[in-house]
Amino acid sequence: MDRLLISGGHIVDPASGYDGPGELLIEDGRIAWVGQGAPPQGPDSVLHAAGLMVAPGFVDLHCHLREPGYEEKETIATAARAAARGGFTTLCAMPNTNPPADSAAVINFVKEKARAEGVVRVLPVGCISRGRQGKELAEMAEMAAAGAVAFSDDGSPVADPRLMRHALEYSLSFGLPLMEHAEDEALAGGGVMHEGEVSLRLGLRGIPAAAEEAAVARDIALARLTGARLHLCHLSTAGAVEMVRRAREEGLPVSAEVTPHHLTLTHEAVAAPIPYDTNARVNPPLRTPWDVQALIEGLRDGVIDAIATDHAPHTLVDRLMEFDATPPGISGLETALGALMGLVHEGKIDLVTLISRLTSGPAGVIGQPLGSLAAGRPADVVLFDPDREWVVEAAAFASKGRNTPLAGATLRGKVMATLAQGVLAYRDESVGLSASGPVEAQRLGG
Amino acid sequence: MRTSTAPPTTTHWGHPHVLDLDTFTLQDIQQVLETADAMKEVLGRPIRRVPTLRGKTVAILFYEHSTRTRASFELAAKNLSADVVSMATSTSSTVKGESLVDTVRTLEAMGVDVIVMRHPQSGAPYLAARHTGCNIINGGDGWHAHPTQALLDLYTVRERLGRLEGLRTVIVGDILHSRVARSNIYGMATVGMEVTVCGPPTLLPPTFAEAFPGVRRETEIEAALEGADVVMALRLQRERQESGLLPSIEEYIARYQITPQRLSLARPGALVLHPGPVNQGVELSSEVSYGATSLIENQVANGVAVRMALLYLMLGGEG
Repeated sequence: MDRLLISGGHIVDPASGYDGPGELLIEDGRIAWVGQGAPPQGPDSVLHAAGLMVAPGFVDLHCHLREPGYEEKETIATAARAAARGGFTTLCAMPNTNPPADSAAVINFVKEKARAEGVVRVLPVGCISRGRQGKELAEMAEMAAAGAVAFSDDGSPVADPRLMRHALEYSLSFGLPLMEHAEDEALAGGGVMHEGEVSLRLGLRGIPAAAEEAAVARDIALARLTGARLHLCHLSTAGAVEMVRRAREEGLPVSAEVTPHHLTLTHEAVAAPIPYDTNARVNPPLRTPWDVQALIEGLRDGVIDAIATDHAPHTLVDRLMEFDATPPGISGLETALGALMGLVHEGKIDLVTLISRLTSGPAGVIGQPLGSLAAGRPADVVLFDPDREWVVEAAAFASKGRNTPLAGATLRGKVMATLAQGVLAYRDESVGLSASGPVEAQRLGG
Repeated sequence: MRTSTAPPTTTHWGHPHVLDLDTFTLQDIQQVLETADAMKEVLGRPIRRVPTLRGKTVAILFYEHSTRTRASFELAAKNLSADVVSMATSTSSTVKGESLVDTVRTLEAMGVDVIVMRHPQSGAPYLAARHTGCNIINGGDGWHAHPTQALLDLYTVRERLGRLEGLRTVIVGDILHSRVARSNIYGMATVGMEVTVCGPPTLLPPTFAEAFPGVRRETEIEAALEGADVVMALRLQRERQESGLLPSIEEYIARYQITPQRLSLARPGALVLHPGPVNQGVELSSEVSYGATSLIENQVANGVAVRMALLYLMLGGEG
């Protein structure tokens, strides 16, 4: 027997509605009991959570782990450690690797590698098209059988509407969502930031909001045509939020995600404090305050199901380039909670809703029994201090990607410990762990 | 006009780099223009050379084709007795090998004091300035800025009219892709000029007015020109037609070329500027281009004096 009690914390489990002081007993990697007072069985060890929130481990629908092929940017092992530090216990691995995850063999590689080296759960996403070329369908059913949880050509949209239609139709036989990077590439026109007053001042080529809106409109029309599960990645525009809202009112099987950076930053981040800050280069681009407000409202109303980091690590050399030349992306796993808690502190969203969009919301998108603290579920748990202030030190990231526009920023809200399937994957030294019986050495690691 | 042999050194110069004019105060611009007066006097001598920057090294690093700006900076540095290293390269070669940051660090290690750079990508001089101890002068970056051009434009207008404040300028053409327009907008606003920008909406988007508050936006050339003291036409790239922004160069000429008839809508004697090189018969009719109030050649001549002034202010004050 192996029992751990998380004691003295405030439990927030949006899936069950639990929001109050409580004890959480974990046994053999699963949630055994949640409640107040003494647990039904005595624990072997106790994790002291006084003053901390205890929530289901976060589920990230959208991460770039870079392995295989771009190990200089990130590996499954380093991304998993970064995830643990950020409170994430499940990562969906986007397939734009080299080779791309367009076959069962690469799906199996990612799963095996994660099992061997990753401290958190990694769920692979397969390509929609072979080689991400947008020409022919990838073997999606084979990949689904191998364990892919969704399909995406992320990094690029499926430009050909006919291929997208067929991909959606084909997916009906295995029922997994297609995660679409919704962008009309011709309208985006090689742009490098949001098209607006800031791009005009900086003389940078802009990506109009219409590039996203046109693609979202097309994809929603195709979801209506096919009845298949469409998930829209990283929404960035008010117009797209409005279209998703209407699609859901219509009852279409459409879900959506938004990133922490699109919820908290605007296109001004490209211009100041550092002019042409390559760490603010991201696709879709950071938009206007108006878009940010619409995204927050969509998140609050449930039009947007999930917050996904779109964690996109790059090397330092990648960032020491001209703004046009630097590859887009933000290393986001380790700053997500701190950045998002700013929205709670500013009264823009309540804590329970925020946590649901990091847990039960994304779990629902991929139809996995995760993101909840119900008895019997895997013991994926995060402990965080909602008020602890900390300074983002990119150089100290567990991720290889130190590309963040938040370097040096002070955030309020910090992950203090993360358990992944009952194993302590991360623990801040200030969180007390006492043994009331024999404790596995592994428990004390992290 | 000053006649002393030494340029003025009365005021402190606070700009280690010249990246754009958005950070220049009225006093900064006046200081450049007054220093340029002194440099112009040097250029009028039989031997146009002063020893002011002897022992200093200026690197001219151009990632984009240019003849006149590059020659202008080279002459400016040589007239001040600086050593000049001139390098023309292309960004395609840097993709394969040395990055911009590597290049500017290498130049710094070799003892270069000032790097004058031109780059096809907006913001590149900011990257260079952040990663080297050299002083950077932006010789034009992408669509973004061309501060020395704007300063020489101000100098040229001031030389002819004796003042800048209150003058009305119209900048005509491909505003969207123009670094000259952007830098002039900042410079002209700072000295108290009124600026109208004019062009077809594909080359002058409606949001431009939000990006540059205080600038008037017009799409009709006749309305824009009315009452103007200064008319600045911008070079039109032929590729704008190929990329679907204009139906044809002919239609552009019909709607936006500065002709004597259109120029008559401006104030009598309105000055005509162009950053060059002129596409003859496109942006300007030849009567206007070679007309009595055209200052295009003065702009070229003054460019050397203004660039000497900047090099002097950045390096000469160190003794």
